[in-house]
Amino acid sequence: MNTAAVADKEITGGMNYLVSIPRRVVTIYLPLGIFLFVLLFPFYWMAVTSFKPNAELLSTGGNPFWLAHPTLDHYNKLLFHTQYPSWMWNTILISVTSTFGSLVASVLAAYSIERLRFKGSRHVGMAIFLAYLIPPSILFIPLATMVFQVGIFDSKLALILTYPTFLIPFCTWLLMGYFRSIPFELEECALIDGATRWQILLKIVLPLAVPGLISAGIFAFTLSWNEFIYALTFISSSENKTVPVGVITELVEGDVYHWGALMAGALLGSLPVAVMYSFFVEYYVAGMTGAVKE
Amino acid sequence: MNVPQTEFIPAARPTVATPSFLARLFDNRHFLGLLFMLPAALLLLVFMTYPLGLGVFLGFTDAKVGRPGEWIGIENYEFLVTDSVFRLSVWNTFLYTFIASAAKFVLGLYLALLLNEHIPFKAFIRAIVLLPFIVPTVLSAIAFWWIYDAQFSIVSWVLVKLGVIDTYINFLGEPVLARMSVIIANIWRGVPFIAICLLAGLQTISPSLYEAAAIDGANPFQKFWHVTLPMLSPIIAVVMTFSVLFTFTDFQLIWVLTRGGPINATHLMATLSFQRAIPGGALGEGAAIATAMIPFLLAAILFSYFGLQRRRWQQGTKD
Repeated sequence: MNTAAVADKEITGGMNYLVSIPRRVVTIYLPLGIFLFVLLFPFYWMAVTSFKPNAELLSTGGNPFWLAHPTLDHYNKLLFHTQYPSWMWNTILISVTSTFGSLVASVLAAYSIERLRFKGSRHVGMAIFLAYLIPPSILFIPLATMVFQVGIFDSKLALILTYPTFLIPFCTWLLMGYFRSIPFELEECALIDGATRWQILLKIVLPLAVPGLISAGIFAFTLSWNEFIYALTFISSSENKTVPVGVITELVEGDVYHWGALMAGALLGSLPVAVMYSFFVEYYVAGMTGAVKE
Repeated sequence: MNVPQTEFIPAARPTVATPSFLARLFDNRHFLGLLFMLPAALLLLVFMTYPLGLGVFLGFTDAKVGRPGEWIGIENYEFLVTDSVFRLSVWNTFLYTFIASAAKFVLGLYLALLLNEHIPFKAFIRAIVLLPFIVPTVLSAIAFWWIYDAQFSIVSWVLVKLGVIDTYINFLGEPVLARMSVIIANIWRGVPFIAICLLAGLQTISPSLYEAAAIDGANPFQKFWHVTLPMLSPIIAVVMTFSVLFTFTDFQLIWVLTRGGPINATHLMATLSFQRAIPGGALGEGAAIATAMIPFLLAAILFSYFGLQRRRWQQGTKD
């Protein structure tokens, strides 16, 4: 009985059966609890603040961790008295189009580098990796002058066209790794059966690469949702702003901070990516670690 | 009897249609490869390679917003070298990158080791740990802004109630405190990324190595030092390069929390470049500051490159 229990623990927990429970509490659960508290507290604080009436926000008495009189005032102000809904719509539109466009370009590029192996494909693959490492903060000034000269300054098109610069390298790099894991014998069979390269890509490789496509798509979507510096630089009129830029530039009037509305805006703006992430956690993690591991 | 001649005439050979020129062209992998590369390559060349060159060029001009600017050689750089704000921003950038990256590494590794243990609800915990990383930085920075508020900071409130301090802390108003505050916010956001990536690395280490170490009488620290760390070092090299790169060029967090203040104490090169170029209108000078970041980025990229080489070598694969 006792040995069976030990054996059972041994299977599930490696050599953990050697460590006593109180010891595990101190060495694992306690530090983990502290980590979780610190990592999640800002979200709790955001949520609580967004439901607090102004009087409660600005009073120093009472218990600030709790809601005495929850209110939806801040959400009401945000949704009906600011342009928040249109920022949200812009962000969705820009993120979805740039993600989709980048995915199409990346699938073609990754397939071509990894499978067609044209002359110089290795160097192109390396160049893609280097492009992944170029941060937007050194590109925004020249891009701003370009966007201005082309005449798409202050338009959503400026962002839709520039976001792929950081999405394509990432997606291509990720998909290259994914395509590599698909056995090329499948493609050889299809070639013998007379399929063209285009048919192979559409009917053999893409269906097998769906998990990779989801990983790349989710990650790209969150990256473009997160983008700030291009949106801050290229967009000036309120109705074209994205959520991060709009919240920062429009909800602060001079020195008056509408904390409740700011928090509501931050929370609502985080919600779409958080929901999407919660549905595709495994794909997201695979995308993130895959891009680093390759 | 006439034998029908037709029997002896070999049936018309199935004509092998010679593929048209176009069909052959589209079967040529070199041609097709370049064709498939076209959309991505075009976009990256126009919106990445060209601006990169243009940025370096702008750094040598006195371009202003709405004025093309003329070639002035290294005048921008000569000015920047003497500019105390720029020198401070370089120092800040290094300080910020070094402290934040070191802390993120230590805490991230610790969190990864904790998550690698057998714990209930492991998948769920791993999922929520990553939340700070996926939420848009600007929006979580707003939460930190409120947490760091001079009058209503929750941290100050708790510390006052506990009797540790008497007056509320002006987190973002004092140079040293402001630096600490932005670094802490950066660490908060970066730890999950590093932890989850290192966790993926930890999970590839074979348990038999630990068992062998245990049989040899290794204590937990020795197991960590002689098994975990060496096995993890290639992935550490890559993850930390990414982390250093993104911390070095950070913009969002600083811009939301302090905009470089108080008295430029938290200005990083990226924020200074933005401030001079866009609100300030000095595009040439801003571009020069941005260009000044490139050598450091190159150093980090080379480091990453050799990290990858070493990984290949360790795995024994030839490619």
